[in-house]
Amino acid sequence: MIHSLFLVNASGDIFLEKHWKSVVSRSVCDYFFEAQERATEPENVPPVIPTPHHYLISVLRHRIYFVAVIQSEVPPLFVIEFLHRVVDTFQDYFGVCTEAAIKDNVVVVYELLEEMLDNGFPLATESNILKELIKPPTILRTMVNTITGSTNVGEQLPTGQLSVVPWRRTGVKYTNNEAYFDVVEEIDAIIDKSGSTITAEIQGVIDACVKLTGMPDLTLSFMNPRLLDDVSFHPCVRFKRWEAERILSFIPPDGNFRLLSYHVSSQNLVAIPVYVKHNITFREGSSQGRFDLTLGPKQTMGKAVESVLVSSQLPRGVLNANLNPSQGTYTFDPVTKMLSWDVGKINPQKLPSLKGTMSLQAGASKPDENPSINIQFKIQQMAISGLKVNRLDMYGEKYKPFKGIKYMTKAGKFQVRT
Amino acid sequence: MSTSALYNDQGGAEAAVEAGQESTPTSSGTGAAFGLFSTDFKKNEDLKEMLESNKESLKLEAMKRIVGLIAKGKNSSELFPAVVKNVASKNIELKKLVYVYLVRYAEEQQDLALLSISTFQRALKDPNQFIRASALRVLSSIRVPIIVPIMMLAIKEAAADLSPYVRKTSAHAIQKLYSLDPDQKEQLIEVIEKLLKDKSTLVAGSVVMAFEEVCPDRIDLIHKNYRKLCNLLVDVEEWGQVVIISMLTRYARTQFTSPWTEGATFDENNEKTFYDSDSEEKKEQTEAKPYIMDPDHRLLLRNTKPLLQSRNTAVVMSVAQLYWHLAPKHEVNIVTKSLVRLLRSHREVQFIVLQNIATMSIQRKGMFEPFMKSFYVRSTDATHIKTLKLEILTNLANEANISTILREFQTYVKSQDKAFAAATIQAIGRCATNISEVTDTCLNGLVLLLSNRDETVVAESVVVIKKLLQTQPTQHSEIIKHMAKLFDNITVPMARASILWLMGEYCERVPKIAPDVLRKMAKTFTAEEDIVKLQIVNLAAKLYLTNSKQTKLLTQYILNLGKYDQNYDIRDRTRFIRQLIVPNEKSGALNKYARRILLAPKPAPVLESAFKDRDRFQLGTLSHSINSKATGYQELSDWPAVAPDQSVRNVEVIEPVRNPSSSHTPYHSFTSYLSNCQFYHQNETSSDSESEEESSEESEKTSTDSGKSSSGSENSSSESESEQKKKKKTKKAPQKKSKPTHHLSSLMVAVQVILTNSSDHSLEEIHIGERSPAGLNIHCFNTIERLEPEASVTVSMGIDFSDSTQAANFQLCTKENQFSVSIQPAVGELLMPSTMTEQDFTKEQGKLLGMNETSATITMATANTSSQAISKQVLSVANVGVVSSSQNNFHRFAGRTVSSGALVLVSLELKESSSALLTINTEKSVMASMLLRDLKQALTQA
Repeated sequence: MIHSLFLVNASGDIFLEKHWKSVVSRSVCDYFFEAQERATEPENVPPVIPTPHHYLISVLRHRIYFVAVIQSEVPPLFVIEFLHRVVDTFQDYFGVCTEAAIKDNVVVVYELLEEMLDNGFPLATESNILKELIKPPTILRTMVNTITGSTNVGEQLPTGQLSVVPWRRTGVKYTNNEAYFDVVEEIDAIIDKSGSTITAEIQGVIDACVKLTGMPDLTLSFMNPRLLDDVSFHPCVRFKRWEAERILSFIPPDGNFRLLSYHVSSQNLVAIPVYVKHNITFREGSSQGRFDLTLGPKQTMGKAVESVLVSSQLPRGVLNANLNPSQGTYTFDPVTKMLSWDVGKINPQKLPSLKGTMSLQAGASKPDENPSINIQFKIQQMAISGLKVNRLDMYGEKYKPFKGIKYMTKAGKFQVRT
Repeated sequence: MSTSALYNDQGGAEAAVEAGQESTPTSSGTGAAFGLFSTDFKKNEDLKEMLESNKESLKLEAMKRIVGLIAKGKNSSELFPAVVKNVASKNIELKKLVYVYLVRYAEEQQDLALLSISTFQRALKDPNQFIRASALRVLSSIRVPIIVPIMMLAIKEAAADLSPYVRKTSAHAIQKLYSLDPDQKEQLIEVIEKLLKDKSTLVAGSVVMAFEEVCPDRIDLIHKNYRKLCNLLVDVEEWGQVVIISMLTRYARTQFTSPWTEGATFDENNEKTFYDSDSEEKKEQTEAKPYIMDPDHRLLLRNTKPLLQSRNTAVVMSVAQLYWHLAPKHEVNIVTKSLVRLLRSHREVQFIVLQNIATMSIQRKGMFEPFMKSFYVRSTDATHIKTLKLEILTNLANEANISTILREFQTYVKSQDKAFAAATIQAIGRCATNISEVTDTCLNGLVLLLSNRDETVVAESVVVIKKLLQTQPTQHSEIIKHMAKLFDNITVPMARASILWLMGEYCERVPKIAPDVLRKMAKTFTAEEDIVKLQIVNLAAKLYLTNSKQTKLLTQYILNLGKYDQNYDIRDRTRFIRQLIVPNEKSGALNKYARRILLAPKPAPVLESAFKDRDRFQLGTLSHSINSKATGYQELSDWPAVAPDQSVRNVEVIEPVRNPSSSHTPYHSFTSYLSNCQFYHQNETSSDSESEEESSEESEKTSTDSGKSSSGSENSSSESESEQKKKKKTKKAPQKKSKPTHHLSSLMVAVQVILTNSSDHSLEEIHIGERSPAGLNIHCFNTIERLEPEASVTVSMGIDFSDSTQAANFQLCTKENQFSVSIQPAVGELLMPSTMTEQDFTKEQGKLLGMNETSATITMATANTSSQAISKQVLSVANVGVVSSSQNNFHRFAGRTVSSGALVLVSLELKESSSALLTINTEKSVMASMLLRDLKQALTQA
């Protein structure tokens, strides 16, 4: 399975290596660097690279390439999924997953990698189990350890490893018992020139933060479970009950986890909460182009559209942009030709707009495509699909937990073609 | 050493490390190499000192820094002796870090590594399972050939460990040992065979992994474990699931017959769906050979389906490929949604999933067509994602959706990513050849692109148009003329060359224009690129042959220019052409055939998907992804024409939890029929043999008639004629066997039910309905969708009898009918064996005196006096474990009730002249007396 792992930073240096079987020379990464050079963008490096004796499977997260070295046939998704799990674990442990964080915690990283794989086969990837094996470094703990000489490494086999609920550690205790659920929906859409929707779909997740004592058994039911077309569960969810009753019944892991991700059936019409009026023109023979963009809310059920961010990759011929935003700030990077406009909140009474001119390279011909516009936004307290949680019950423990449910709608890959 | 001094010391060392890493020594100007070497040397000296100190914290600090060095790929092997001393440290973190170091460098320092072995051997006996496991992990990771025998021994021992975690570790160790010394294969296979029987979900994934690595061809080892693996699958951890599923895919392809109807194999199907998918169905109907799926095949499909909902993308993909390779054609569609869902995941996941969808969509357009819009390209996608999406859209194109797709393509053509725009033009070309209705539209669209400002777009369009015209040259002289007009504005050499080639090839269709183009080219010949020049020479030659009157001079002129060209290819070509076309005395026979050589009809290039031949690889594999065979790739075999013997999988080994002291395993089976539950106890001496009771028609009849049933089942009351008839029609013969405990809940008795449909029509939706008593806790089996006549299916269910022999009643429902079933357990079935020593036994027995003791003096049958016979008889009645005894005349057995876990102790004291004292100690006095009665009966009977 996974032979070795190399971490490569943006400038192409290997800053960490770990081998689970015999040592593989780091020169194997030369093939990766070659591919990296060929790729114009960092994202364009192919995830699977065959070399004469090995295969390199890599993922790119937080500007770090995680390059796994494989020696024989293995499902590539197996490796990719695992690498992403590694990144998630690092993020969980160190808050961020950057080169600096990894270098600072190199011992913990090594201990983690040692526990996560045995002979290249995943051993413990569940965060609850890992945290029992190796405690995450905190400032307090580091200080205590320095004074008392205790360590971050657990001495016992985590109880979860053997139990029927491997995702939950035993002996959890909280003074305040709380369970929060965030229903977050993302709209993926492509809007064409004339403003009509080419494709739009809603993907949602329910992220949970559960801090409950003991072994609580939760059930969560929806007002309208029929909306959920395709779902994937955290392993804790009892599939049979979902099949039979459309109820989520589970013993939750301790802490943060993703309970459910779902896809809202494509039959339902998707309400698009913003519209864009745009007029971007380049005239033949002139070195000026006009840029005019107005945003407005629609179908938001009275909720405010917040944190709006518009970005657009302008054509290569554009030298500079001289624009005037009615609100917020805009930046234009003349090297990458990336225009981004931080709009903030949309006020329905006074629609935000960005107007002005773009100066083009003298003598260059007019670009033949108008740039497409990517939009990000957030709408609080609303799930755009209309999904509603009916109730949340707890069994198995006596205390009364504090329960909270939050809804939010965000833009996923929301693109307007102009 | 004072604390402050110590800190200083460390600080200094740290700085040195820093300097060493950056390889820019600031201290000396003597050159980088020397400086680096000296600091390196100094640093290690310092670490050595720290490791040899007697302060734990100092050692730990040193180890942490060493691990930092290893992580950076710096060599620190010279510290080996100092590090290895700490292998037995009490400090767990220090110990772990030493392990890390050891595993990294043991290979290089084999002799020194041996020093640590005894520590691990000791740790392997540690009472803490965690320590045992980690010792085995490290021991097996040290790649030192000399310790192979020790590893082998350790693995064998660990494979029989009580802790499933240790057993899991031993499964991992198998692979490590195999890669170190492949000669151990035979012995390792034995261990694998043993571990495959393991019932723990923790072990399953790891041992199958070991199986795949060591002996993937030993399919025979899987037979007996097939059903168990299928049933455990949902509870196995996600990584194990992936491995098991891919192994089972391979297994199924060798064991079951094809569910794809005769004559509808992949390739043919492909052709058909292209034109008419209906004909396939018709054929299916005409062929009156019904295919009945092996229940085991169905079991696999059914048990993997819920995993499509997994959060792990690798699991979803592996289930998808399983369905693709194993499921009947009409069932494959269920994986579509899940695969489309994966497209929301990370970029790398998208890449692999799109690759697989691309291969699938070539053969089965219908699967992904409803989700076409999910493959629309966004400008933010990475280039390789874009091209894959384009590929899929092209594959999905058909008469109905082509206009939508073409509209979408028009947007892509204008993309700023020119490589992608070029790929789109190719895709348009493919659509045009595949769908004849739109060929003209596409051609016109492409011609419009010829006036595009971007050269790559124009060039690509010309090349694609050229290919398109080649496939149907008859009616397109207009386009050729148009291209000739645009010719002056096109600068990309490849495009110019393509146009010239077209002119030459079809010069007879454009008799007026072609010579004029040649005239222009003669003027610019010297300024053209090489490929263009070659095509000019070609054009000249062809025109000379067809229209020598107008072009003779021009050709001569061009050939002369070519003769003195700088490029030898062109000079070469010119000479060749001249000899071929211009008749002279030396040219001989070839000259006559010049026309046929140059103007021979040329086959049109085939525009097809790059994923066309990828289906030779199993989906989801690395080989599929890179489109070449990866090391260790296991071919997926073709379906066998005739299914191998199905009965090889028919084993249900029932072992009590763990009972090393008993020489044989008790095996209890009871059979009951639908209306009348009766238990037939069977004595099994061997745990492996299968007790299949053939249900004869007669016995069923008698059972329906008999009023012996205490459970008061529905048909003991008077039945009307019609009911009776119905009954016969849908007769099922369930066979029930009990396992000590059900795997889902330890409180339940597992009951295995074999449902056989002996009626003449198939039964649907068999499931469990109402139950009584109302609070009865039953773990139901999954609804059986369909049971064909004469087919049988084995299901297991768990029943909590709450330690009473009261019958459990429930309704067995089919789609139309309901039958009440009553299962009454024998008292011995409510127990599970318990292991204890003789001392414990006497101690426990001492606590259960008085009210809790029941005893009787019995006269033993003479055949039963040997200790073996006694064990056999007792174990046939009650599911208890043998307690080893030091006295010959004392036989002891121990068990616990399944629900409440109360101890049940049976002891038998042999007296003279075949009389014996049978004593049962338990809190459950009702149970005791019933058990006593049963045992008495068993022991007194011959």
